[in-house]
Amino acid sequence: MKDVFNINKTLEEVGGISRFAARFFREGFKPRYEFGELIRQCFWVGYKSLSLVGITAFIMGLVLTIQSRPTLIEFGAESMLPNMVGISLVREISPVITALICAGKIGSGMGAELGSMRVTEQIDAMEVSGTNPFKYLIVTRILATTLMLPVLVNLSNAISLYGGYLGVNIRGSISWALYWSQVFNALSYSDLVPAIVKTVFFGFAIGLVGCYKGYYSNKGTEGVGRSANSAVVVASLLVFIVDLIAVQITDLLGLT
Amino acid sequence: MKESVIEIRNLCKSFGNNHVLKNFEMDLYRGENLAVLGKSGSGKSVLIKCIIGLFEFDAGSIILLGKDIQKFNNEQWDHMRRRVGFLFQSNALYDSMTVRENLEFPMRRHEIKKKKSNEMEGLIRETLANVGLEHTIDMMPAELSGGMRKRIALARTLVLQPEIILYDEPTTGLDPVTAREISNLILEVQRKYNSSSVIISHDMNCINITSNRVVMLIDGKCYANGTYSELNSSQDPKVRDFFD
Ligand SMILES: Nc1ncnc2c1ncn2[C@@H]1O[C@H](COP(=O)(O)OP(=O)(O)OP(=O)(O)O)[C@@H](O)[C@H]1O
Ligand SMILES: [Mg+2]
Repeated sequence: MKDVFNINKTLEEVGGISRFAARFFREGFKPRYEFGELIRQCFWVGYKSLSLVGITAFIMGLVLTIQSRPTLIEFGAESMLPNMVGISLVREISPVITALICAGKIGSGMGAELGSMRVTEQIDAMEVSGTNPFKYLIVTRILATTLMLPVLVNLSNAISLYGGYLGVNIRGSISWALYWSQVFNALSYSDLVPAIVKTVFFGFAIGLVGCYKGYYSNKGTEGVGRSANSAVVVASLLVFIVDLIAVQITDLLGLT
Repeated sequence: MKESVIEIRNLCKSFGNNHVLKNFEMDLYRGENLAVLGKSGSGKSVLIKCIIGLFEFDAGSIILLGKDIQKFNNEQWDHMRRRVGFLFQSNALYDSMTVRENLEFPMRRHEIKKKKSNEMEGLIRETLANVGLEHTIDMMPAELSGGMRKRIALARTLVLQPEIILYDEPTTGLDPVTAREISNLILEVQRKYNSSSVIISHDMNCINITSNRVVMLIDGKCYANGTYSELNSSQDPKVRDFFD
């Protein structure tokens, strides 16, 4: 049991990540902003995951609709299918699945990229050439994921709802206009806003963990692999933890 | 009296129980090439990383261009690193950038940035020409051979025209011909830029060609100090180990 779950190591890691986050807030808002690099990172974060997010979102919407239909028919509520699909996609499924995909794709990419930069002393080289590597590499990346994840999630919402439209029309038939009016009637701002706000935190968590793991990568090729791997594991776990906290908060605020 | 540009006194540095540097002392005088000779793992890289501030040391003092580096804040380091170049043992080229971007990177932070871009381009081309690799300007580091990468790394160090250059094993892993070329390049740099250098190496040929003076780092201390020929005629067995 001790090998599987080492409490000291876990707490150490939590402490390390917290300190890293504190350093982000301390250094990120002081001048010498790296705007060019930030734009470049935003482009890469969005562009690299665009196709993957799109495809999974479409399949997600389609499958969810197809699988929900029999249950709803049992209750005689088949006409509620668009409402139900809309709410479950926008409130929970699309944000979480998108975040998990990004944790896999972006988190591991950052862990590996920064890890190999650390191992090949490129981060040290930046430091001796008078560029603060924390600002140039870390702050820009964390900001990029924080800004881009909400964008990706909105995109995923839209595409998965298109998938849902197709799913409804496979067995039943519903007009384009009716589908969308039913979906939008079911959704209110108290569904959408908390869901988007939590994706900001998802994005922050993914960027933070990916960068932390890469920045403190151990020497050697093995260290790079390990940082990429644990970046994904920890980031995914963190996404769920943030989700859990977010649902408590929205519940307390009565936004249900 | 010769002017010291680096003064190291009683420098101690350990990693846990591994005491790498124990009361190390060294001076680098203006305009000279000083070679630091020592076995693999004796702490040569640690020594110059302490000088440039990549490692914090435990005790002692380092005076760099007349200033005590221990009291430096980030801004002072930025300023100092403009004047001190560092060539990494592993080259540390930015592998996501072209050769041109690699050379531009150190400049983006410093006064040269304010110069016009065609001046910057001219400086980059001139520096690349000095290391004989002008044609690689648009290549990626992965497309270059080991010796070429070393030269690009050297060019990146030289592009800011530093007063002091710290070379970490500039010739290791190169064939004897390329190694000699790099050694001659280091000499040429000293003449052309009138710089002072610390050259870390265990390549005796390179040390013979480039150095004005040699310091031997053994057991974390400055064990011997003299010109190449003086040390070469020494009878001390630990010194002889390197020359035989
Ligand atoms: N980051 C580090 N953490 C812990 N120990 C280190 C670290 N860097 C170096 N050391 C230790 O310091 C000692 C000296 O290492 P250093 O890299 O300076 O050797 P070197 O003289 O440059 O050798 P080489 O000629 O092989 O490059 C080694 O025993 C090494 O284990
Ligand atoms: Mg070394």
